[in-house]
Amino acid sequence: MHNVLQQLVNGLSLGGIYALIALGYTMVYGIIELINFAHGDVYTLGTFFSLAILGLLGVSNQLHGTPLVIDVAITVIGAMILCGLVGVVIERFAYRPLRNAPRLAPLITAIGVSFILENVMQLWRGPSPVPFPQVFPNPAWVVGGIEIQAKQMMVILFAIVMMVALQLFIYNTKLGKAMRATAQDRDAAQLMGINVNATIALTFLIGSALAGAAGFVSGVYYQSTWFFNGFNAGLKAFTAAVLGGIGNLAGAMLGGFLIGLIEALANLFPNGNQWSNVVVFSVLVLVLIFRPSGLLGESLPEKV
Amino acid sequence: MPLLEMDNVTKMFGGLTAVHNVSFTVEQGAIVAMIGPNGAGKSTIFNLITGIYEPTKGTIEFADHHIEGLPTYQITASGIARTFQNIRLFAFMSALDNVMTGEHARMKAKLWDSLLHTPGQRKEEAQVQARARELLAFVGLEGDAEKYARNLPYGSQRRLEIGRALASEPRLLLLDEPAAGMNPREKEDLMDLIRRIRERGVTVFLIEHDMGLVMNISERVTVLDHGDKIAEGTPAEIRSNQRVIEAYLGKPA
Amino acid sequence: MLQRLASLPRSRQIIVWIGLALVLVALPFIDHNDSHFNLLADAGVYVLLALGLNIVVGFAGLLDLGYAAFFAIGSYSYAMLASPQFNIHVPFWVMLFLASGIAAVFGLLLGAPTLRLRGDYLAIVTLGFGEIVPQTFLNLNKYTGGPNGISSLDTPSFFGHPFGFASVPYYYVILALIGVGLFAAYNLRDSRLGRAWMAIREDELAAKHMGINTTTAKLAAFAFGASFSGMAGCIFASKLNLVSPDSFQFSVSVLVLAMLVLGGMGNIPGVIVGSLVLFTVNFIFLPQANNIAASINLHVDFTNYRFFVYGFILVAIMLFKPEGLIPSQQRRAELRAGHAKTEPG
Repeated sequence: MHNVLQQLVNGLSLGGIYALIALGYTMVYGIIELINFAHGDVYTLGTFFSLAILGLLGVSNQLHGTPLVIDVAITVIGAMILCGLVGVVIERFAYRPLRNAPRLAPLITAIGVSFILENVMQLWRGPSPVPFPQVFPNPAWVVGGIEIQAKQMMVILFAIVMMVALQLFIYNTKLGKAMRATAQDRDAAQLMGINVNATIALTFLIGSALAGAAGFVSGVYYQSTWFFNGFNAGLKAFTAAVLGGIGNLAGAMLGGFLIGLIEALANLFPNGNQWSNVVVFSVLVLVLIFRPSGLLGESLPEKV
Repeated sequence: MPLLEMDNVTKMFGGLTAVHNVSFTVEQGAIVAMIGPNGAGKSTIFNLITGIYEPTKGTIEFADHHIEGLPTYQITASGIARTFQNIRLFAFMSALDNVMTGEHARMKAKLWDSLLHTPGQRKEEAQVQARARELLAFVGLEGDAEKYARNLPYGSQRRLEIGRALASEPRLLLLDEPAAGMNPREKEDLMDLIRRIRERGVTVFLIEHDMGLVMNISERVTVLDHGDKIAEGTPAEIRSNQRVIEAYLGKPA
Repeated sequence: MLQRLASLPRSRQIIVWIGLALVLVALPFIDHNDSHFNLLADAGVYVLLALGLNIVVGFAGLLDLGYAAFFAIGSYSYAMLASPQFNIHVPFWVMLFLASGIAAVFGLLLGAPTLRLRGDYLAIVTLGFGEIVPQTFLNLNKYTGGPNGISSLDTPSFFGHPFGFASVPYYYVILALIGVGLFAAYNLRDSRLGRAWMAIREDELAAKHMGINTTTAKLAAFAFGASFSGMAGCIFASKLNLVSPDSFQFSVSVLVLAMLVLGGMGNIPGVIVGSLVLFTVNFIFLPQANNIAASINLHVDFTNYRFFVYGFILVAIMLFKPEGLIPSQQRRAELRAGHAKTEPG
């Protein structure tokens, strides 16, 4: 029982990272129906950008007090801006020209972009894992025999704050409304005077910025990364988005936490970590069989 | 004995009632129409008949068999074919292939026949192709057999869709707004085509907005408004029906 | 020239194919460099894979991102049933059919629960399957040798003559299998089942209204595609003489998919050309690029840029030639016209 609770805590923090990445997948899919394959790599880029910014700031050890707040804020915001820009550039050059092409074409370019980003990161920081400094003090509390680390709390809180901010943005601002309108019916949105290209670019900006934030968080959490990290994380995050109901923000969040929990609970079994992908995908298949539109997705009647 | 009989059919989407307690029959060999303002539930009726939707309540009988809840492909095989309001041809297939695909339900080739092109398969394929060419000629597209469906002009696409539907040798043909977007000349041709289809022994049931066409060609008309059947009768009866006039023009204040 | 080939009438195409086959059969009598046939045989494995995936993606329009899983299943079938691993030695020729059958069964097992899903969900489920299968082979140490895989597989023999270390016998087997694959692909395309697949690809809902049982038709596409892959896996394993889980990564699935896209989805000659071109880029040009660069006094280690170049090619082809290298004439005109939208509304 004690083990189970411990894994629940681990799973929630793991899930927080997946949830942040899943938001980007679900937003992009919601608006242009593209599986943005490069998204997982943008997330890894976020970790590397964070590393670079911390390097510029001369941070290599734990911070306390005001410097902690300032340096972390600069790093997170910097990583988010850089990743957001990368996302916008990818959309502009690799996806926008293909918006009316057959469905497979942008998916293939997405895979191509993913390969390019991975190669760039490999050239930049080498093929082996790169350590990430432990910037946060990381006290741990033991509650009823379960260890809760500060960084785990931070991941969960961070994910929830981002999620709430995103919801507020989407449902309370004009730009958010434009995004929802474009997602529902691109042509109609255009007729209503919405700049569709700018709105799609904005979607990539926000989705990629969230991936950048997730990249920072994962650096803090795992204290290392490598160029290929995004593939597996991206796969699981996309699974999370589908699980929650693709296009649905709350669903992506729920899916992310669920995938994190499932993965952590798989660790309770001997050699469980080796089987985590198998377990995650089996759950996905089961959910899709019984709820094809995902947990929170609406099942729309077919348009005839 | 009616060919198609809908009995107290209701269809709800969530809390929204698209079709409410609708009953009507289509007699063998007739040309009948269903009219009603936009959003009246006409297309939903077609979707219920062809198994896209399952009725929330009520039954649908075709040739004395219950078909509600059956998968679409079985309903087609049982003898109902349709066209779509927004043309749904197989865009990157030739006109001929579109019609040949329509014959799917009448073909016998099994997986191994398809793989190995057995003598029986070759013979059937030749027959199917001949029939498809005959149908293309019937709808006036004999010269367009090899063209991609999407390359055909609008009016030809509508006719190709009818040809494709006829390929399954239906007893009942459902036409969803066949005259939409047609000019008067094309409408004349369409009416002629519909009459010729009936002469082949096919019962025709159409949804249409064009009153001229409906009143000219149909023997019976059913009127739907907000999911309810509000009138049924011959074109002359419908023309003078007070409720129908109100549904279309609004209640006088 | 190839574009013209693709649009020739069928009878003429057959003549071209037969001529090509005669040349390929005669080749080993002219060229005695075995390493050439080693490469050609490997290229042939990819042609076979691409022909199979073309049935799933090109004909039926089902986006399969985990095709390498079936390749793995075919390879491991041979490795486990024709090696000292369990001391089972099923003859190679039997295994060719058995491996493709096993792969087809797995295709059905994967397809049955998932084919009712919408297109993109199918993509992610197949992608997941593509990740699970190699991981399972990796984890089941006891049976599969874990990360080391299984080695010393049985060497095939032909009427008592073992293939030995030469590549030419494998080259001939693969040529024959491609012949079978072409026969199957063309026959299926021009048949009741093939039309059903294409109808599903174009508009699934309309296809149902043609009386097509879309579920069984899609399952058939999955099973046929998988069986090609299983057969390719079997010969791949026997030729390499060993299998290991890292031969079946996601990149293999992507490579084969890219071959289809490059050549022109759904077009059989196009698919073959696409697979040969990408095979050349991936396995001949990129490994040689260092030598080529050095010869012009450019000292760059291209192996570090491999995925960069590869990714760049994928993007560039999609941006500048989205219809593939060899689409049928008609389709090319369509896509060039710019108002192309194949997805039904």
